[in-house]
Amino acid sequence: MITMIAFYVFAAILVASAALVVSARNPVHSVLFLILAFFNAAGLFLLNGAEFLAMILVIVYVGAVAVLFLFVVMMLDVNFVELREGVQRYAPIGAMVGLVLFVELLMVIGGWRFAPAMPTLRAAPTQTNVQNTAALGDALYTHNVLLFQLAGLVLLVAMIGAIVLTLRDRSVSRRQVIARQIARSADLSLEMVPMALNAGTPATSFRRPLPEPVAHEASAAHHGAVHHGEEH
Amino acid sequence: MISLGHYLVVSAILLVLGVFGIFLNRKNVIIILMSIELILLAVNINLVAFSAALGDLVGQVFAMFVLTVAAAEAAIGLAIVVIYFRNRGSIEVEDVNLMRG
Repeated sequence: MITMIAFYVFAAILVASAALVVSARNPVHSVLFLILAFFNAAGLFLLNGAEFLAMILVIVYVGAVAVLFLFVVMMLDVNFVELREGVQRYAPIGAMVGLVLFVELLMVIGGWRFAPAMPTLRAAPTQTNVQNTAALGDALYTHNVLLFQLAGLVLLVAMIGAIVLTLRDRSVSRRQVIARQIARSADLSLEMVPMALNAGTPATSFRRPLPEPVAHEASAAHHGAVHHGEEH
Repeated sequence: MISLGHYLVVSAILLVLGVFGIFLNRKNVIIILMSIELILLAVNINLVAFSAALGDLVGQVFAMFVLTVAAAEAAIGLAIVVIYFRNRGSIEVEDVNLMRG
């Protein structure tokens, strides 16, 4: 009975918040409703006995993905009212496609059945005396270890891709160029000047510091090539 | 008692709402990405419900991989949105015609 109530509460809030995700005017509200939807989906996972996945959903989705969405929404200075212009125009066709899809899905849900040999076809049957997390780790690290590594690789590629895409090379920042520092010789920066006794520096008409060589003014992008050419 | 059918109906509604969201917010890439997240969440609910109904853990293992791919997709998608906004000053889907596609 209590599971029944919990299921209906979770399902109702999940569906309602999903509807608000797609229809909210303010994208920040959309993200917040997405977080609510994830929490309730985690509740549904718990009702199914998938505790580990429920916790992963809360940690990964609410903690990382939804916050990422929130960052991007708040960081971009976009006029979101302008972006909602065509909503009235697109709503009917969207509703029609959605309705057709929903009816088709309901027909599928009404018409399927388990294969007769189903109990013998299980790849990793759940044991009753093992916790969900331990059983999942068992299934993941023994039979699916290659897929697990592959999932890690997907995340690595995503991480590198996101960094490569968004890293901005700012030409105004003065970075250390080790090669330039090592290639610098003493006679480029130091000059020995014979001085008359008691004359002082104004008598030499010597200006300091030494004016920089022209090549050093080149932009950061061309810096290496220019410097290289100058040396040889 | 809650049957498998209950979960399937919930996930079907969620999936349809995700598809509807893509149609409704055709201009806003961020909401489209969120709709894709909803669709993948519906897939996950399906997988977990079947896993529980069949007594087979592979469904949950698979749901975890779906979660991984969804997280990677969100990260890359949002990175593309950020650099696109930096270059063009807009995230309207209809403005995306740099490749003349």
